[in-house]
Amino acid sequence: MPVFAGSALTCLRGDRLVFTGLDFRIAPGEALFLLGPNGSGKSSLLRVMAGLLKPIRGRLSWDDVAVSDDPDGHRGRIHYVGHLDAVKPVLSAVENLSFWATLGGAADPRGNALKALDRLGVPHIANVPGRYLSAGQKRRLNLARIIAAPAALWLLDEPTVALDRAAIALFEGIIAEHRAAGGMVAVSTHVDIAMPGARNLHLDDFTPVPHDEDDDVLEEEDAA
Amino acid sequence: MTRFLRLIGRDLRLALRQGSDASIAVMFFVLCVVLFPFGVGPEPNILARIAAGVIWVAALLASLLSLERLFQNDYEDGSLELLSLSTLPMEAVVLAKTLAHWLVTGLPLIAAAPLLALLLNMDAEGFGVLVLTLLVGTPILSLIGSIGAALTLGARRGGVLLSLLILPLYIPVLIFGAGAIDAALNGLTPRPHLLLLGGLLAGALPLAPWASAAALRQAVE
Repeated sequence: MPVFAGSALTCLRGDRLVFTGLDFRIAPGEALFLLGPNGSGKSSLLRVMAGLLKPIRGRLSWDDVAVSDDPDGHRGRIHYVGHLDAVKPVLSAVENLSFWATLGGAADPRGNALKALDRLGVPHIANVPGRYLSAGQKRRLNLARIIAAPAALWLLDEPTVALDRAAIALFEGIIAEHRAAGGMVAVSTHVDIAMPGARNLHLDDFTPVPHDEDDDVLEEEDAA
Repeated sequence: MTRFLRLIGRDLRLALRQGSDASIAVMFFVLCVVLFPFGVGPEPNILARIAAGVIWVAALLASLLSLERLFQNDYEDGSLELLSLSTLPMEAVVLAKTLAHWLVTGLPLIAAAPLLALLLNMDAEGFGVLVLTLLVGTPILSLIGSIGAALTLGARRGGVLLSLLILPLYIPVLIFGAGAIDAALNGLTPRPHLLLLGGLLAGALPLAPWASAAALRQAVE
């Protein structure tokens, strides 16, 4: 069984130490909540998990193989949802979606795209150009992207922003299905999302608090 | 390969639906060349003498004008982040986007060039070589330009910075492009110039996507 884990991760943004000595572990079917106040590094951790950001120290592994040894393989098994919806204003919802489904390796991108839109309760926007979609519809379209092509690990950065109650409920169902099929999920959120049995990771536990300590760590880094 | 073609297809579709981006480059090219007779006077001999250089300089500037947007939209709406997370290598993403950019902006320039050459009273013998040099040269411009577009991504006033970075690198293309036409007009063979242009293209084709991909990885971090 593949396990996605990180150990002793340290993340530096600019000259600010965001978190240090962070460990996490996600097994198939498991979910991880990333919690913490604004600026505690939830988004940074998700970007580290996705491979967009390199941790300055620590190890990220999939099935005990370092992710840095197999970056291409890692990209093939993740779906990342960030703050931006990546919706092109001049393409229709289904065109937007089937493009991402093709890139994700779906066999029938257009069919998958239509099914995914249906699953998120917005089949009627299929032929609507991106520029006429509301913020909530764009978000649903972005979330439809993760079910339009298969991937084992979902990295979701505040996925419920702009969603209404009904959409959040639908989305909880989708996550539950994904986990039941052996998928893994890491979610950062400020809203309550029902994910039974999910573990909590409090990012503020790993924030280096005293100011001098940052400098120490940085000096060590220089010395090394 | 399907994914590579789909990315080209998406970019072409975006460019055609937005329309303006594609037509601005060719309109700028035409206007730029048309300004010269007003500036240097309508003396046919002078115009014929400078035609090759003027058309090539205008092509450089027109290519530069549209390059700023090469990665900008994808960067701003988060698509670039997702493209970098897809299984398509970043180098292939750059190559696909550059190719789509060239099809949309480079090809219309090539189509308009003979008309402008006629306007500048260039000898008809030079037309074939003019089109040939542009056909080999404009892809080099798009490829080199992609490096600048990737490096200036997210910078304030990136367009100005892009010109300063890239225009010096365009000089060899300009020299051999205009040189080939001058050679043909003076009854010499344009072959050496064309071969050197081809060499530049052969070099830029693998190196430019590689360099741009490295810059884009930094930009999405």
